Order: sequence, then C-alpha cells, then structure tokens
Amino acid sequence: MSLTVEQVKERNQDLIKEVLEVYPDKTAKRRAKHLGTFEEGKPDCGVKSNVKSIPGVMTIRGCAYAGSKGVVWGPIKDMIHISHGPVGCGQYSWAARRNYYIGTTGVDSFVTMQFTSDFQEKDIVFGGDKKLEKIMDEIQVLFPLNKGISVQSECPIGLIGDDIEAVSKKKSKEYDGKTIVPVRCEGFRGVSQSLGHHIANDTIRDWIFDKGDKHPEFVGTPYDVAIIGDYNIGGDAWASRILLEEMGLRVIAQWSGDGSIAELENSPKAKLNVLHCYRSMNYISRHMEEKYGIPWVEYNFFGPSKIEASLREIASHFDDKIKEGAEKVIAKYRKMMDAVIEKYKPRLADKTVMLFVGGLRPRHVIGAYEDLGMNVVGTGYEFGHNDDYQRTTHYVKDGTLIYDDVTGYEFEKFVEKIQPDLVGSGIKEKYVFQKMGVPFRQMHSWDYSGPYHGYDGFAIFARDMDMAINNPVWGLTKAPWK
Amino acid sequence: MAKLRQIAFYGKGGIGKSTTSQNTLAALADLGQKILIVGCDPKADSTRLILHAKAQDTILSLAAEAGSVEDLELEDVMKIGYKNIKCVESGGPEPGVGCAGRGVITSINFLEEEGAYDGIDYVSYDVLGDVVCGGFAMPIRENKAQEIYIVMSGEMMAMYAANNISKGILKYANSGGVRLGGLVCNERQTDKELELAESLAAKLGTTLIHFVPRDNVVQHAELRRMTVLEYAPDSKQAQEYRDLAQKIHNNAGNGTIPTPITMDELEDMLMEHGIMKPVDESIVGKTAAELAAEAAAA
Repeated sequence: MSLTVEQVKERNQDLIKEVLEVYPDKTAKRRAKHLGTFEEGKPDCGVKSNVKSIPGVMTIRGCAYAGSKGVVWGPIKDMIHISHGPVGCGQYSWAARRNYYIGTTGVDSFVTMQFTSDFQEKDIVFGGDKKLEKIMDEIQVLFPLNKGISVQSECPIGLIGDDIEAVSKKKSKEYDGKTIVPVRCEGFRGVSQSLGHHIANDTIRDWIFDKGDKHPEFVGTPYDVAIIGDYNIGGDAWASRILLEEMGLRVIAQWSGDGSIAELENSPKAKLNVLHCYRSMNYISRHMEEKYGIPWVEYNFFGPSKIEASLREIASHFDDKIKEGAEKVIAKYRKMMDAVIEKYKPRLADKTVMLFVGGLRPRHVIGAYEDLGMNVVGTGYEFGHNDDYQRTTHYVKDGTLIYDDVTGYEFEKFVEKIQPDLVGSGIKEKYVFQKMGVPFRQMHSWDYSGPYHGYDGFAIFARDMDMAINNPVWGLTKAPWK
Repeated sequence: MAKLRQIAFYGKGGIGKSTTSQNTLAALADLGQKILIVGCDPKADSTRLILHAKAQDTILSLAAEAGSVEDLELEDVMKIGYKNIKCVESGGPEPGVGCAGRGVITSINFLEEEGAYDGIDYVSYDVLGDVVCGGFAMPIRENKAQEIYIVMSGEMMAMYAANNISKGILKYANSGGVRLGGLVCNERQTDKELELAESLAAKLGTTLIHFVPRDNVVQHAELRRMTVLEYAPDSKQAQEYRDLAQKIHNNAGNGTIPTPITMDELEDMLMEHGIMKPVDESIVGKTAAELAAEAAAA
C-alpha cells in the first residue's frame, strides 16, 4: 500500500488543508505558511519560520532564558549560573538537560545544582541588585572553587530595570577580576529560545573573549580544534571527542557540554571550530572566524554514513596525517557498524518516522535512521530559522511533510493520519502519542539513554529505536472485546 | 452606615495634588466623615499635613524590613491624624530602581485583605503625576476608586496631563465602574485660567467642580505641616476647601465617562483662547541659518 511521491504530496496537501480548517480564518492563514511539503530541488523547505507563535495554540517552544541558561550557559560546569528572578524558572529547569560532566558536584562543578535569587515582592518593588550582590558574596564563601558566575535574567529583571551589568562589574573587581557575566535573556524577548542562544553567544564574546588572554602559558599545536554546539547529552560530546582524538586532533574545548570556563577562554586559539548545533552556536563561530580567523565546519555525528562523511570533511582542513587518521578511524569502526546494522536493519527496515525537535536534530538524525533502513516522512523545527530549512534540503526526501513550530493539534492530527511507526519528539508529546498506540522516543533527552553521537552512540541509538518500535506492548493496546 | 465612597486625586506632578487633597479631606472630616488616605506616591508625602509629620513609615519599607508584606499588621502601617483621619502611605523604591507600580498594587491588596476599609466613609487615593504604568492605574480599576478628581491649572502641561489621565479613566470606565468626578483647578494665575479650565472640562465631558484661588495661607500652613483647615479654620481659603469638600460630598453618582480629546484638539483649544500661537508649518524643522537664508532670498 505504499504511496508514490505524487500521492504522498497530494495526501500531505489534503492533510494540511484539513488541519487548517479548524482554525479561525486569520490563524489558518498564518499557520498555512508554516506547513508544507518538501519539493525536490527547492532551496529551502517552503515554510516560514522564526516568527511569533499564535496565542491560543499549544506551541512546543521555550523562551530566551531557556536558550541561554538551559542550553548555552548551563552546561559550563565550573561556573555558577544564577537564575535571577522568581523561583520558578530555575526550579523547573533544575538539573539541566542531562548534560553529563566530570567533576565533584557542589565542590568544583555545579551543573545539576540550582542557584536562584528567589525574588519576592519586595525585590520587585525595591529592585534586586543588592540581593544579587549578596548572592555573589555567598557563592564566594560557600563555593570557593567556582571559576565564574553568570547571571541569567528572568522576565522581571528587564521589566524593573535592574542594573545587573553594574553589579557584575563591581563584584568582578572586588574578586580580583573574577569572570561574572550578566546575561539579558529575559523570557519575553524574541519568539523562542533561539534569541536566548544568540544573546548567550554575544555575552561569551563580550564578557569572556574581550577580557583578554587569561592563559598565556597555553601551548598550541597545529591540530587544535574546539567542539562547538555539543551539549554532551547522555555523553554525546565524549563519544564525539574520542573520534576526533583518534584521528589525531587535539580537542581544546567543548562547547558547552562538560565544558569549563578555561576552555571557552582558550577557544580563540583553535585552528578549526567544528560545529554540531549550528542553530545555537553559529553566532560565536562566525565571530571567531571574523575576529580570530578561525574557520568553522559543520559536521554530523549521527549514524555511520554521516560520521564518515563528517570525519573526512573535518580532516580535509588538515594535513595528510589527519586525513590518514580519519580513514583509520572509519576503518576501525566499520566492522562494529556493520554488525549493528546487520542486527537491527532487518527489524527496522522500511519503518517510518516523524520528528519534531529543536536545534539541529530535525535534520541531523535523518541519516542515522536511513542507515537502519528507516524513512523520515515528516520533520519540523521548534525554533529553526530559514537557514536551518535550507540545510534540511540536503537530508529530506521529496514529499516529506514539513511543519514549523507545530502546534499540539497539528502534530496529533498529522500522526493520526500518517500513522508512522515511530515519533521522535519531547516529553510533552510523548504520552499523547504513546496513548495513540504509536511508538515514541524522546529526541531531546534521548529518553534517559544515550549517547547517540559517534559510533558508540549509533549502537545505542539502533538498540533504542528497536526497543521502542518492536516492543511487544504495542500488540496489546487494543482491548480484546473491541 | 452609608456606602463606602472611594475617590482618587490624580494630576501632573507639582500641581498641588497632595495639598489640595489633604485640605479637602480635612474639610470632609469636619463634616463628620470617617476618612482613610492611601498615599500612592513613592515620595510618601500624601499625609504629612494630616499627621504633622515629615513622612510616615510606608507599607513597603516596613514590609521590606519585616521580610514580606504578609508579616505586617494593619496597626504597623496606619497612623491617625487630624480629626481621626486614618493615614497610610504605600511608599516605594528610591528613584531609578525597582518597580513602584508593583508597590502600589501590593499595598492596596494588603489594605483590602487586612480590612483597612471597614467602618470608613471615604477612601482617598493620592496618586503620582501621570498614569505611567499599570500599577499606578490600580486605584482606578474595578472595585477601587469610583470617582477621580483631576487637579490641574491653566498651564499647558497640566492640561495635557489632565487629558492623559482622562484616557486612563476611559480605558477602565467600561470594564470597571470608574468615572471622572470633575476637574479641580488649583490657581496658578495664568492668563484666562478659569475660562480655560471650564473649556477643558466641557471638552472632557465633565465639570470644573471647583476653582481654588491662590492664597499664601496655604504655604504658611504647609510650613507648619498643617492643613489650612487646622491652621487657619476661619480663613477665606479654609472656606474654599469646605466648599470643594461639600461639592465632592454631593457629587456621589454624578461622575461621567470622560471624552478625552486629541493633541490637535487640545492645541486648537489653547489657540482659541489665545494661549498658544498657531504654528507656522513652513518653519518646522528648519535651522536658524536656513531661515535666515530664506529671508535673505525673499
């Protein structure tokens, strides 16, 4: 019963029309621009993106604070990140996004701890600058091994006009030039977490890079690279790092999963920036290119096909030693990859997948599914921009359903009609689809599994997808009397 | 017991709101009314003439000291002054920090929850300059002040402000029940002041409820931190405030929904009365040098 590409396109068109029918006219007109079908040969996916979500729909997006504290800054392990404002934002993002790190929590690393200024009514009325100063003093006493502080602004900070820059400068001076970074990532700014990434990138530029070289003793090599945009979810960055090291490169920084402030400070000394999550860290990569002349290259470490291509692409920026190293790495893992594919492909071949995630994953994981013989039939970005949709064209097949900033209703309808064998999205979506009887994997947190990056990650990825799809429970979801 | 009346005095900063309101409320107290004054200005100077004090401890400063507003008791914040007038000041941050508007909201909620309005005939809110944000509009929202009295003068900026405040009232007039009680002109001895005030009142769909003449006795009383009613009860000025108080007392239910006018209409009105010269559009945006060159060419 498989459809031809033309039939798929026609079905998608009907499906989009049907979904839009329930909206008021104005909403339907606006949402229509975000839904479409990829047409082979087009420069992008034909959808509008990075505009405000419509009130009344359920969007899956986050806010600027989430983009700065949750994504970019939060994983820097030896700094303390203060959620500045009322308690909720810090409380509900406590423990971060499974950004694994090495260190002793509470002594020299702080990622999974929550620091908040817990604003009360009086702090709103009288301003919170004095409280912020006090918190910084307390941090110095209680956590003397911290290497820096960032102030992650919640909404009220921008509303009441607190001068967190002045406080940061004053305290930095008091503590012998300690790095203290005020971040204006108030949640009401921008249309999604995307602006928070940008703001956070800019603060690294202004408050870290522009403070000068803190490590003049650093001895560089011709093979120094920085991993940019890997948040080490479930150990992703580690599984990536070993491949780069095995091919002969030296990884001098991880941004920002398992990263440290010293690594951020030393990044301008890299010979090449290798960029995984383009969306959240292209800004700082471009800046390092302009200011320090460091080239950057995007790579994809999901699934052996993309890993091989990426290793070669990265190696092409270096000499023959590295190029040979890349080939050696590819050859070394080929056998293991073949075994993984041999085991799982028969169980997963021709299964269909619909994705809805953030950052880079709506396109980057497609190759990994295809390595297992699966097909991604629908995908979309929470907070992508048009440059993401342009990059997506290199991954998706003709006729793929595209949905930007999908609403809860649209996603449910699409899945209901298309009946994919697997949906990959976030925790908010998980139970909706599982209750529909559709297998599901969380593709933000790897459903508490991982890593999924690198060769090691692919083995786990394949196992997890098999576990979700071929779980015998799906045969029991229909009541026997119905 | 008569129904609680809630009124508010608004007006441009420095227009004499606090002076006018305290004198008028003192006169209402003389009429036997039980009065509560709620100062809603971070400067906290709405009750000094009643209390003979420089500035009373404010709800917000006491709350900040105690930890939170929930830690306060009504008697901590309420002072009793002339003729048993009850006084509270909301207070707020020093200029340039925090959010004074939120402070007003916090304070008013506290007073309502603590029963500060029980057994009172009049609650009067004295609100700072302009309606700059939602917090300062708190007293004109639903179930708060029913009548607003705008203190103004014949000065242009005071009339602009009066018109702006009318816009604020209009916004809440339909959702809540707030009405414009009238204008109170606090004489500045500008040209054709009475005529202008009456004309503006007519445009705004209200009345000039009273024209308070200028009299130095007000300053004399103020130096002693007293109302004229207390300092010189037999003076002519004291009688003026009594008249105003009586008019406000009789004005219950007579408030209107204001009809604010556009900037152009306001300027036309000023021109009509010869206060403002018509603007020659041909010279707008031209430098002195350009105008000189044009004059030379002509």
